[in-house]
Amino acid sequence: MDATIKKICAGDVRTASRLIRDIEDKLPDAKAKIKKLYAHTGKSFIIGITGAPGAGKSTLTDALIAEFRKLNKTVGVLAVDPTSPFTGGAILGDRIRMQRHAEDPGVFVRSLATRGALGGLSQAAGNAIHVMEAMGKDIIIVETVGIGQQEIDIINHAHSVIVVLVPGMGDEIQTMKAGLMEIADVFVINKANRAGARQLQTELASMLNLSPQIADGWKPPIVMVGDAFKPETFSENTAELAQKVEEHHLYLQQSGKLTERMHRKAMAEIKDALSSCLMEPLMHSLITSGELKKLSEKIKNRKTDPYSVAEEITQRFLKKES
Amino acid sequence: MTSEELTNMPERKIRVMVAKPGLDGHDRGARILARCFRDAGFEVVYTGCHQTPEQIAASAIQEDVDLVGLSCLSGAHRVLFPRVVELLSGKGASDITVIGGGIIPEQDFSMLYDSGIKAIFTPGASLDSIVEWIRKNIKTH
Repeated sequence: MDATIKKICAGDVRTASRLIRDIEDKLPDAKAKIKKLYAHTGKSFIIGITGAPGAGKSTLTDALIAEFRKLNKTVGVLAVDPTSPFTGGAILGDRIRMQRHAEDPGVFVRSLATRGALGGLSQAAGNAIHVMEAMGKDIIIVETVGIGQQEIDIINHAHSVIVVLVPGMGDEIQTMKAGLMEIADVFVINKANRAGARQLQTELASMLNLSPQIADGWKPPIVMVGDAFKPETFSENTAELAQKVEEHHLYLQQSGKLTERMHRKAMAEIKDALSSCLMEPLMHSLITSGELKKLSEKIKNRKTDPYSVAEEITQRFLKKES
Repeated sequence: MTSEELTNMPERKIRVMVAKPGLDGHDRGARILARCFRDAGFEVVYTGCHQTPEQIAASAIQEDVDLVGLSCLSGAHRVLFPRVVELLSGKGASDITVIGGGIIPEQDFSMLYDSGIKAIFTPGASLDSIVEWIRKNIKTH
């Protein structure tokens, strides 16, 4: 077995984090490593946690880590924060909330920057999950970047999705909207000690009565989580959250839905891999040959249009490949 | 759209961690630096205040950073800074550069350099000079 793969499968944090970095930085070797690693993946339970910026995703992730560690499960966390579109820099501040677990060898927290991805994750997230799976983590929590209404790439990666809401973000119509409100397997109303929490709960509950998930045998529960600065009630609430997530996992297994979701995940992975295998070398050759510049000049002057250009390039490229 | 976004070309991005060891809660400087590193195009892991050297070393390894910047204004740097270096090398991560800043009297510099701290920045150091130092001295892993 490849030395890197061997170390990762033995749980070596340094090697794992480096491979995740190679994936993020798109080093040519990383893909080959993932190919070798893949056979060792697929055994972890993957939980997604998503919601608006400041809704409390990191604090809840920290609480979930604590709950799962009580059950002696090993936990990997991937926490995504936004990359600046101007400088490419990023502040990765999610782990501030999780530092009490920093020294626990059963917990591995790795921050990722979005690097231009728009779906709430980073392009490297899928493979970073695989690295943590190969390390043998029982549970992997993927915390998305703070999102709005429809950055929902997380559904292609997680088995169970927690959507975190907070009171005061709009009226009843917001709960009816497509996108984010449809993807929750478990809802959290966080900061439930604040005004408007009960109303949000009622609105959400009445929306959920129409949820198509109910017909499949699962009604997304709503967990109220109160003031994080009142440790006793907070940990009671978060214990309930962990339990609901476990219940959903069990439901997925028993209903056969888990296989369905893994299927969806596999298809999304093929699509990602395809676009990287096709697009990366293509764009690379267009740029290094200077053709991209010439073509964009032509389009700018309305000598041609983007579709004709794309068709011509695709045909040429496919001919060369076959 | 930058050409980087267009091509998805391989590129090693500088990853740094800004950490405050010990009981000192004065994090204005650390936050300004974190922000300045962000604007320099680095990925910056910020761990917040009141960190033990053990937490800092473990986090640096989990995050695979090139550099750890320690900020301390309480006077405990003589103990805390060398301890981070020691812990990192104990975990086979002596390639992670450790620099320090804060209220650090000049007579402590040589002791800190001897312990493996690679640079020290005190009040008055310009943000640009710190970024420049990092760019010049960090060879990304």
